[in-house]
Amino acid sequence: MKNIRNFCIIAHIDHGKSTLADRLLQTTGTITDRQLQEQTLDDMDLERERGITIKSHAIQMVHKHEGETYVLNLIDTPGHVDFSYEVSRSIAACEGALLIVDATQGIQAQTISNLYLALEHDLEIIPILNKMDLASAMPEEVTDQIVDLIGCEPEDVIAASGKSGLGVDNILKAIINRVPAPKGDPEAPLQALIFDSVFNQFRGIVAYFRIMNGSIKKGDQVKFVNTGKEYGADEVGVLGLDYIPQKQVFAGNVGYIISGIKKAKEVKVGDTITNVINPCDKAIQGFENVKPMVFAGIYPVDTDEYEELREAMEKLQLNDASLTFEPESSAALGFGFRCGFLGMLHMEIIQERLEREHNMTVITTVPNVSYIAYTKKEEQIIVNNPSDLPEITKMDRVEEPFIAAQIITKSEFIGAIMTLCIEKRGVLKNQVYLTSDRVELQFEMPLAEIVFDFYDRLKTVSKGYASFDYQPIGYQASNLSKLDILLNGDQVDALSSLIHRDNSYHFGKKICEKLKELIPRQQFDIAIQAAIGAKIIARETVKALRKDVTAKCYGGDISRKRKLLEKQKKGKKRMRQVGNVEVPQSAFMAVLKLND
Amino acid sequence: MAGIYIHIPFCSKACHYCDFHFSTLLKNKIAVVNSIAQELIIQKEYLGLSKVSTIYFGGGTPSLLSTLELEKILKTIRQNFVLEKEVEITLEANPDDLTLEKVQELKATGINRLSIGIQSFHQNHLDFFNRSHTEKQTFLAIENAKSVGINNLSIDLIYGFKDLTEEQLQFNLKQISSYQIPHVSAYALTVEPKTALSSFIKKGKVDPPSEELAKTQFLTIIDYLQKEGLTHYEISNFGKPNFFSKHNTSYWKSEPYLGVGPSAHSFNGKNRQWNIANNVQYLKLIHDEKPMFQKEELTEKDKLNELIMIGLRTIWGIDKKKLSKFSSGLQKQFLNELKKYLSQQKITETETSYVLQKKYWFLADGIASSLFQV
Repeated sequence: MKNIRNFCIIAHIDHGKSTLADRLLQTTGTITDRQLQEQTLDDMDLERERGITIKSHAIQMVHKHEGETYVLNLIDTPGHVDFSYEVSRSIAACEGALLIVDATQGIQAQTISNLYLALEHDLEIIPILNKMDLASAMPEEVTDQIVDLIGCEPEDVIAASGKSGLGVDNILKAIINRVPAPKGDPEAPLQALIFDSVFNQFRGIVAYFRIMNGSIKKGDQVKFVNTGKEYGADEVGVLGLDYIPQKQVFAGNVGYIISGIKKAKEVKVGDTITNVINPCDKAIQGFENVKPMVFAGIYPVDTDEYEELREAMEKLQLNDASLTFEPESSAALGFGFRCGFLGMLHMEIIQERLEREHNMTVITTVPNVSYIAYTKKEEQIIVNNPSDLPEITKMDRVEEPFIAAQIITKSEFIGAIMTLCIEKRGVLKNQVYLTSDRVELQFEMPLAEIVFDFYDRLKTVSKGYASFDYQPIGYQASNLSKLDILLNGDQVDALSSLIHRDNSYHFGKKICEKLKELIPRQQFDIAIQAAIGAKIIARETVKALRKDVTAKCYGGDISRKRKLLEKQKKGKKRMRQVGNVEVPQSAFMAVLKLND
Repeated sequence: MAGIYIHIPFCSKACHYCDFHFSTLLKNKIAVVNSIAQELIIQKEYLGLSKVSTIYFGGGTPSLLSTLELEKILKTIRQNFVLEKEVEITLEANPDDLTLEKVQELKATGINRLSIGIQSFHQNHLDFFNRSHTEKQTFLAIENAKSVGINNLSIDLIYGFKDLTEEQLQFNLKQISSYQIPHVSAYALTVEPKTALSSFIKKGKVDPPSEELAKTQFLTIIDYLQKEGLTHYEISNFGKPNFFSKHNTSYWKSEPYLGVGPSAHSFNGKNRQWNIANNVQYLKLIHDEKPMFQKEELTEKDKLNELIMIGLRTIWGIDKKKLSKFSSGLQKQFLNELKKYLSQQKITETETSYVLQKKYWFLADGIASSLFQV
């Protein structure tokens, strides 16, 4: 155990985590140059394109240092706020963390919140200044930031470059010398922390764990403490570039277990694995059931494809336990599912995976957070869908989820960011200068406000120089209303949204304007109205088509014109009928694109 | 019955709205005429046993051709195709080409119908369109044609643009009655992609044409010409009895036609083909005896859709007899979609056809598309 080192990497998106990780794998001979694809750890296409690690992974390196052989377990962490719980479990599985900071950019909010998590778990932090090969690197300034933040000495900061390979040996040395060896009792009953799981087409769910105490043997009967389920350990092993089966994995080490589990839901990140015959006294602390934060309806574009969509969703859920869904139906869109996501990025990823991996084109409805409504009889109703909101006459009050947000930016953008956050119903709680021109702002804000267009606007007002992170802090009273959209008097259920009353007029107006752009002119006028209850708060009109005929149709025009009209017909076939109005799919996503 | 269309891809000046295939470089004119003659021979079997009843010189500006050039083409047709006794031979002509001498020569070649690209009788409009002729030449052209006895005349007019005032439109229409013009093609100004006009609009130099104005002026034109005894027989075409364009009507009644020259289209009931829209490449392909066209075989659905699309644009409507040739499945689907329009009385059923009511002609494309089978 004394030669094992477990560590993770904390870094902001684009700060070069993956490239540097690749260098470590290369230098320790874990992978050959030939095997080294760019960003080896991100093995989903989607991850590679987005340049972020969506799901965490782990890999074991073996490295000789001063005559001793060390086992180095790198646990990769996802880099987006939607996945912060998974990050916290990865951190709990480690004794050390590499803090990678882009020397050209400095510390970002995401990095800080993950760093605090690591410090809470008493991890040894090894600060690294990456991208030192670039001319725009600001080593002194960024070093100062790091020193301020974690209280280390400037000489503890390692200069590195994933691109050139600078500093890689120093990093390996620091991991061995500075990260403590794991503690734990190899003789105690098995206690292993699940920090991730992946779905393998042939072998089912593979759970990744870190053994805190005891050991796990192939063939053991094991129990997952929080779900209470028992399994036989069909295979255990350690994680090289591929799975490396072992007879036994011991305390302090990181490994995997395959036990014939079919559904990702059964393997919960943060759960404890123990032995059925010789169980541990208590589970590892910190387990949480991950709760979806954002809800939206997903419908097949082709109404006949409901069953295909269900199958696709079930398959996605096999390797993404945080996705929830249940059937719902809409007058405008037919049958579909109300889905729960960890956040907006997660929602986009699911949508893209449905399209890429399952060839499903879907319509996603207006997303909303989860509200709690209390009726006058003090019944508590969870509202994940605008249609769940009780009638005003029966309702006593509504509460909405709030978050604590941290924003780090340059001081020149404070004013613009304050304005944005206050518009988003945020309350400033604290303001700390990290250096003379870098500020951390702390707000309390409703989660619903960051669901729509917050990131984009933050980016715009700060010219890209702001980073953002948040944690949920519970529910608070809210003045919520249900905004309906009517087309020629017919309500379009799929376009209803839940919105704070103060924002409803502005929002209603904008959505009507956007719909006016998206709904094609037809043979009659179309009234687009936004309403709260019976009260119309905004209106736009799509004027009737006056002229829809080409002037010329002679011998040379017939073929081209026929094809054009055929294309039009095909497009119309995909439109949805609301009353007598034909509505293109893009209109159902109008709300997501209000600022385009 | 069959038609031959000859595309003459040359113009002296480029009109700002035009997206037809043409070149303002006239140096290849003789070579193109020779190649067209060759193509007529290559394609002599295309129309099968159908006799040719119409010949149409379109463009471009066919009136740029010399009498010799026109004669060469006509002679080639007479030598290689079977012609009806009475053949309608139309030439599209620009007013500036129609001198007295020219119309006399044209008449001598056998050309018996002129389609004159007047567009407007007002200089400011001709300037706006970048036409090659002047206001004065519009009147002269008509007078010259009539003076040599070519009375089968058609004129083109453009409407639906801001600079055309109500008075000017009335003036344009008035010329039709004073000159006793038996046929008019009236086109709403259309912004075609990649034209000078579309770029002016993009740059904000010209306002996009207003649909409202187009519709109002369209109604004015219909009203006026009907009173003059011209039947509105196709969206953009009006003619006195016996003066409808036979050639163009054959397009709308799915009769076969052979198109020769760069960019010309052909149809023989089974397939459509279209020549390459590039003069130099056309010359080379003819010279190398290589195919100068692309071809598509029409499926049953394609044919039905064409029947619907064209039928709704004309007073003849969608012909029931032609409809009955399609599979019963296709017929059923079509009739099913048609129901809505019949009950709304937008389309009416006659003994022989389904006809789109005049007030909906301005929406014919959308209605056709919704009746399509795809």
